[in-house]
Amino acid sequence: MDRRPSSVGGLPERRPGSGEPANLADILERVLDKGVVIAGDIRIELLDIELLTIRLRLVVASVERAKEMGIDWWEHDPALSSRARGNRLEAGEGSPGDT
Amino acid sequence: MTPEELLYAYAIAREGALRPETLENLTGVAGEPVRAVPHLGLAALVGRVPAAEFDEGALAEGMEDLSRLERVARGHQRVVEELSAALRCVLPMRLATVYRDETGVRRMLAAGRMDFGAALDRLDGRVEWGVKVYALMEPSEPSGASGVDGPSGACGSDAGAKPSGREYLRRRGAARRARGEGVRDIHGALAGLAERARVYPPQNSRLSGASGRNVLNAAYLVRRERGGDFTSVVGELAEAGPRSGLRVELTGPWAPYSFVREDGDG
Repeated sequence: MDRRPSSVGGLPERRPGSGEPANLADILERVLDKGVVIAGDIRIELLDIELLTIRLRLVVASVERAKEMGIDWWEHDPALSSRARGNRLEAGEGSPGDT
Repeated sequence: MTPEELLYAYAIAREGALRPETLENLTGVAGEPVRAVPHLGLAALVGRVPAAEFDEGALAEGMEDLSRLERVARGHQRVVEELSAALRCVLPMRLATVYRDETGVRRMLAAGRMDFGAALDRLDGRVEWGVKVYALMEPSEPSGASGVDGPSGACGSDAGAKPSGREYLRRRGAARRARGEGVRDIHGALAGLAERARVYPPQNSRLSGASGRNVLNAAYLVRRERGGDFTSVVGELAEAGPRSGLRVELTGPWAPYSFVREDGDG
């Protein structure tokens, strides 16, 4: 298994879970609204997380600069265009999809 | 289980994939041991956490506190990553998915078993690699004899000469076009090696701490056995990157966070 190459092209590789701290932004963009998104018994205010991710994205996404560079794939990212995805599942519905 | 404790769910796996040693020495977001709650052939990997930190009120406050959020997020990711390294496939849960007791966890597994089973089949033996591309610093306005104050490459080849304003703009535009094409080529090459790709919004360096402007932030779903191919292509692209004014950065392997939802990119 070649799951954990030590370096690539001489670049320092960030390896989550293997000691080297991963960039917080990389972790947050995955753990906050990717993976299995279902409601637990504890109804945390998902709105709080939603606001937080929007706030992070305002910081994270440098929209004008990206457009200026002709980079706009991410505009088609459904996570941006439909923020409510997955957050409306009721407890027990238990779908890893969000239809 | 006491009323002062709750169950924090990290991931879902096939029960049959777990070995007694899988969860050894694995501790969760509250330093607690991680254990399995098996049901209907699936298993939720959970840990007992203090209600004082993970009930509604505490979580709502915690999510607003970036340092606490960071601690929980890193702890969550660490557990998912170790499970992902030990098993062929885990489905990571979203951060802070918390149940009152095992009954709640089993109810969740029962309700979602068809979807979880399908996702585990689809993602079996796959991992996610993250690739970010940064634009190297643009040449600044030339000042006096110091010439172009930029990286070596397309723009800095004749440092020392003072280009006219028009020439400066022309070079800047050319460099920008070269970068745009370079980024498209990189994404195309990697998407061709991956089963699926997902593009995230660019990151800002204030949060990521990276230098340069993030112009591509993407996740690629790759079979584990093709990981070596994928990372060596990333390595080649990283070596070629500076010629187009780009820096390429690889992260991973990650559990397939970005691909749990089948319609994740459509």
